Amino acid sequence: MALQLQNPILKWIEYRLPVFSTIDHMVGSGYPTPKNLNYLWNFGSLAGIVLVVQIVTGIVLAMHYTPHTSLAFDSVEHIMRDVNYGWLMRYLHANGASMFFVVVYIHIFRGLYYGSYKTPRELLWFIGIIILLAMMATAFMGYVLPWGQMSFWGATVITNLFSAFPFIGDPIVTWLWGGFAVDNPTLNRFFSLHFLLPFVIVGLVMLHLLALHQHGSNNPLGVEKKGPQDTIPFHPYYTVKDLFGLGVFLIFFAYWVFFNPNYLGHPDNYIPANPLVTPAHIVPEWYFLPFYAILRAVPDKLGGVLLMFGAILILFLLPWLDTSRVKSSRFRPIYKQFYWVFVLACIGLLWAGGQPPEGLPLYLSRVCTVYYFAHFLVVMPLVGWFERPRPLPASISEPVLGGGKLPAGAAARGTH
Amino acid sequence: MSSTTTGGAGAGEPTRRDFLYIAAVGIGAVGTAAAIWPFISQMNPSADVLALSSIEVDLSNIQTGMSVTVLWRGKPVFVRHRTQAEIDKAVADDKADLPDPATDESRVKKPEWLVMMGVCTHLGCVPLGQQGDYGGWFCPCHGSHYDTSGRIRKGPAPLNLPVPEYAFISDTRIKIG
Repeated sequence: MALQLQNPILKWIEYRLPVFSTIDHMVGSGYPTPKNLNYLWNFGSLAGIVLVVQIVTGIVLAMHYTPHTSLAFDSVEHIMRDVNYGWLMRYLHANGASMFFVVVYIHIFRGLYYGSYKTPRELLWFIGIIILLAMMATAFMGYVLPWGQMSFWGATVITNLFSAFPFIGDPIVTWLWGGFAVDNPTLNRFFSLHFLLPFVIVGLVMLHLLALHQHGSNNPLGVEKKGPQDTIPFHPYYTVKDLFGLGVFLIFFAYWVFFNPNYLGHPDNYIPANPLVTPAHIVPEWYFLPFYAILRAVPDKLGGVLLMFGAILILFLLPWLDTSRVKSSRFRPIYKQFYWVFVLACIGLLWAGGQPPEGLPLYLSRVCTVYYFAHFLVVMPLVGWFERPRPLPASISEPVLGGGKLPAGAAARGTH
Repeated sequence: MSSTTTGGAGAGEPTRRDFLYIAAVGIGAVGTAAAIWPFISQMNPSADVLALSSIEVDLSNIQTGMSVTVLWRGKPVFVRHRTQAEIDKAVADDKADLPDPATDESRVKKPEWLVMMGVCTHLGCVPLGQQGDYGGWFCPCHGSHYDTSGRIRKGPAPLNLPVPEYAFISDTRIKIG
């Protein structure tokens, strides 16, 4: 399987700096991949590409943006009106944030359905959760930078979450603000951290890939690969599949950027920040709505904050809360139904989070919050215990080729 | 699909697959180039910078023998009300051995008014006025000497101080840019 280089210059470089074998190990013939990956496995590479788009457009925006309370709003308008293609850069970046969350949420739900968090991929899963937390912090601070009404009041509300903690709460909030309210010191540090965190995410993504490549991708059957008959080289098979998926995704992305660029934002953020007036209806960006719904579902300040953070932190316990020995929900007739109830609960929270917290939305957000936690704390351990899974295939090849024996053709293909 | 099999086509004969391959890569390359262009273009001067591309200067307060320096597009422009002696000297040197030959007449619209960029053509420093071996400008950075018409006479600079586009909108007012 070792990489064979013919070109003497490449050989000379490889002997001193093993770049080519490293690339080969990451995406080449040195990375045998389960041959049954479906399109849900596209979303990891898509997330990586969106991260690059965000960094590139973000560096461009930072060239034209001014992080000061008296200039920030105008500098964003300067980007929109004066800078060549500035509107494109900003719309790519603003909608790119939404695209990043769309892709990552699908990526996470893929992992939940196929049990990708289970042994031996627990640390891979943990790094993924840390990436999600870093993304959320980055997205929140980025939304503050245009210094519109939603920026200002979003920053005020979210930083005030920390005031819920007894004793340490208020000093923490003052420390976050660098003053007694959200003001210029807050804007400056948010800009600095918003620039820094994406590169932290890049580092985390490298760790994520390192952990991934230790045991390779999970697959729709949830059965580990047993030999060359179960795998194909990542390149060209999955590079081409990922590229095709990228093309489809870019059409989706382009729709928002070119035809509906402000749909996912709020009109109130085109009003300059005013510390004296709060907008009538204040909601976060859509990707925070489920967590916002959990926050508001609890009629207690500290309880709501703890449950909101807990909604993400509980994901760290999944490898142990899921007691089933079968990874893929394909072979778990009972759990599969609860999985879709969980998806519905998340969608319910998403909807309720965008509504005023009263009447039906409040009631729904409470029901969904209860199920969200019950799914992990009650359903997962019990179903894993009592459910009788359908029989697993002996290998990835067996359902297709039968018998799980090693066909001559597959062997040749897997080792070339 | 049988026509795409390698056995059917002769050696070196392009196949349908070759066509698809080249077409796909070609479209991809064009698309990538189109996507990269805005990222390059955004660093060019923005509309508000371009809007500052012209200024007007009032000449009525500039006495003979005085200069003013104005800022145009972020760079200094020298506006000098030349003395008759300076004009005579500049015209007399039209036939001298000039590194960048130009007549004094070609560098002014009215002989008493010399308008030119105050940026040394060597590496962009601002030359000092009424100094140097030729009584014109002298760049302190690397020792370039300009004469009373702003022409390079000695030193590392290759070209005369450039004359920006300007026009007299009245006897006492010019518009630069």
